[in-house]
Amino acid sequence: MKRIVVSWAVLGAAALLVAFAPLPQSARAPTERLFRVEAGDFAYSPAVLHVNPGDEVTIQLVSTDVVHGLYVDGYDLRMSADPGQSATLTFTADQPGSFRLRCSVTCGALHPFMTGKLQVGSNFLLWRGVGLAFLALFGLLFFRQPSPNTDH
Amino acid sequence: MNILRYPLIKSLLKNRWPQFTIMVVALAGFLVAILSGLFGTPVGSRNFGIVFVWIAWWALLMLVAVPFLGRGWCSICPIPAPGEWLQRGNLLGPDDINHRDHGENKKKNSVFSVRSVVKPHNRRWPNRFRNIWLQNGTFLLVALFSTVILTQPKVTAIVLAAFLFVAVGASLVFERRAFCRYLCPVGGFIGLYSQLAPVEVRVVDTAVCKAHTEKTCYTGSADGYGCPWDVFPPGMVKNTYCGTCMECLRTCPHDNIAINIRSFGADLSVERVRKMDEAYKAFIMLGAAAVYSTVLLGPWGTLKLAAYSVGSLPWLAYAASFLTLILLALPGLFWLMIWTGIQLSGSALPTKKLFIAQSYALVPLGLSAWVAFSLSFVFANFSYVLAALSDPFGWGWNLIGTAGIGWTPWLTSLTPFLQVGVLLGGFLWAAITSRKIASENTINTLAMKLSAPVIIFCLTFTLILMGLLVA
Repeated sequence: MKRIVVSWAVLGAAALLVAFAPLPQSARAPTERLFRVEAGDFAYSPAVLHVNPGDEVTIQLVSTDVVHGLYVDGYDLRMSADPGQSATLTFTADQPGSFRLRCSVTCGALHPFMTGKLQVGSNFLLWRGVGLAFLALFGLLFFRQPSPNTDH
Repeated sequence: MNILRYPLIKSLLKNRWPQFTIMVVALAGFLVAILSGLFGTPVGSRNFGIVFVWIAWWALLMLVAVPFLGRGWCSICPIPAPGEWLQRGNLLGPDDINHRDHGENKKKNSVFSVRSVVKPHNRRWPNRFRNIWLQNGTFLLVALFSTVILTQPKVTAIVLAAFLFVAVGASLVFERRAFCRYLCPVGGFIGLYSQLAPVEVRVVDTAVCKAHTEKTCYTGSADGYGCPWDVFPPGMVKNTYCGTCMECLRTCPHDNIAINIRSFGADLSVERVRKMDEAYKAFIMLGAAAVYSTVLLGPWGTLKLAAYSVGSLPWLAYAASFLTLILLALPGLFWLMIWTGIQLSGSALPTKKLFIAQSYALVPLGLSAWVAFSLSFVFANFSYVLAALSDPFGWGWNLIGTAGIGWTPWLTSLTPFLQVGVLLGGFLWAAITSRKIASENTINTLAMKLSAPVIIFCLTFTLILMGLLVA
């Protein structure tokens, strides 16, 4: 019984560590980053923007068909571009993680699903999630006490 | 704990008026959704039909109703209501209620009699279709066209009207709620996931039922109808086919029906009613959640356009890939996991039996996948609901002064954290369920080996979905 309690305590501590331990971010010096993002046919191109934490990011949105917008989850920033025109948004990528880009102007049938991604540094949320999933697997396979059953 | 011990809850559930009123309001909303789809603006995000069905109702269903109330939605769903009223010849209780009433009450109830309108055939549903294979088919049919249905108001309206039309037709030809039980594409997955809900309708004491020869819960009485879902309440051991309509509560003369609050997922350990059609429903739902997360939420415009261009070559490729993944690849891979588990554990149980049994571990995994998927767009787009309430047809109305509210995404910073939490919870739940199921007929040491490949399968799926939703 004591062994089980210790095992669970160790597993719980490990889970807390994986979930909340501070992780080092990239030590690269912040730079200026410029992206020309084309919006058309319910997609952004490029669809994924990679930057480092602290970078000063400028997104130049160019619409190739109808009016499109761009909203950055987490940063709560938005802009829109008329057909054939471009609009510019500059901000400092001070929050690390992965953020969805969404079209903020109704642009057609698939508008709610017109998405892209801004990746600032490492996606620690994902890695923490993966770590917790493997920890759960480890606990289930090696620690969890079997349920009462029938021996056939 | 039986919540019917509380007189207020019991009288609210036994009384037909609260349920009837909610159903009528829902039916009115449903008809507005159809009308706005047909005659309103073609801009989905400004159309009541799209916004209310695919954002408001979907959020209510997947984030609240199904996880916590199981088939709670089915008890107030407006789709079968008109057909059921015609079938019964009454909007409220059975005609016998009218016969027993006197004076004013009799007059009041007779207003709700619609017996003269049509004569239902009340045929029995064919035996060979007494399963959810047809529901699996109808769900896949809707799923294949879902990118268009979700985004085109007119198509949403046509689909909703078709549901209503088929439900009325089924009620006029067949007995009870044949549409809900055997055809409704939504009811199929609600039933599957209702096994996880912390609430159940059950008989208190089966001995009382044994002594009760009339079996009014199934045959009906002056107080209510025989189970509309064609379920025999004393034999009910899981939620899947109980529509929580409360008729058995009204017809049981011995007060022998309970609504129990129970642990989440209690039905998953019921061994004797596991079936291949339900197993396949689990695969269909799991695969569909992954496909939608990829196509609708991913950054790949080509995939979105392929899923949207119905009838084109890219759409045919999409449809073929969708069906192959869901009907062949996922079950095939799972079968391989079961076979591996058998090799590792040396279990003598038939592979098919284990395949079906272990597929129930995919029920919590699937629900968590759907919740995580829904979180991605429900909160981000919920502000459309306020605007659509004020201007349901997109005609420039401003009924409650909220038509001018622009798109304002909610909780988008929090959503990825919630999604990771939900997916991890789903994985843990699935793994524990797999382990429990494996322990039913195998000694403990071997149960771990038997379930390990299934747990790996669940882990892989969880990581893939996590990658699709938060990476």
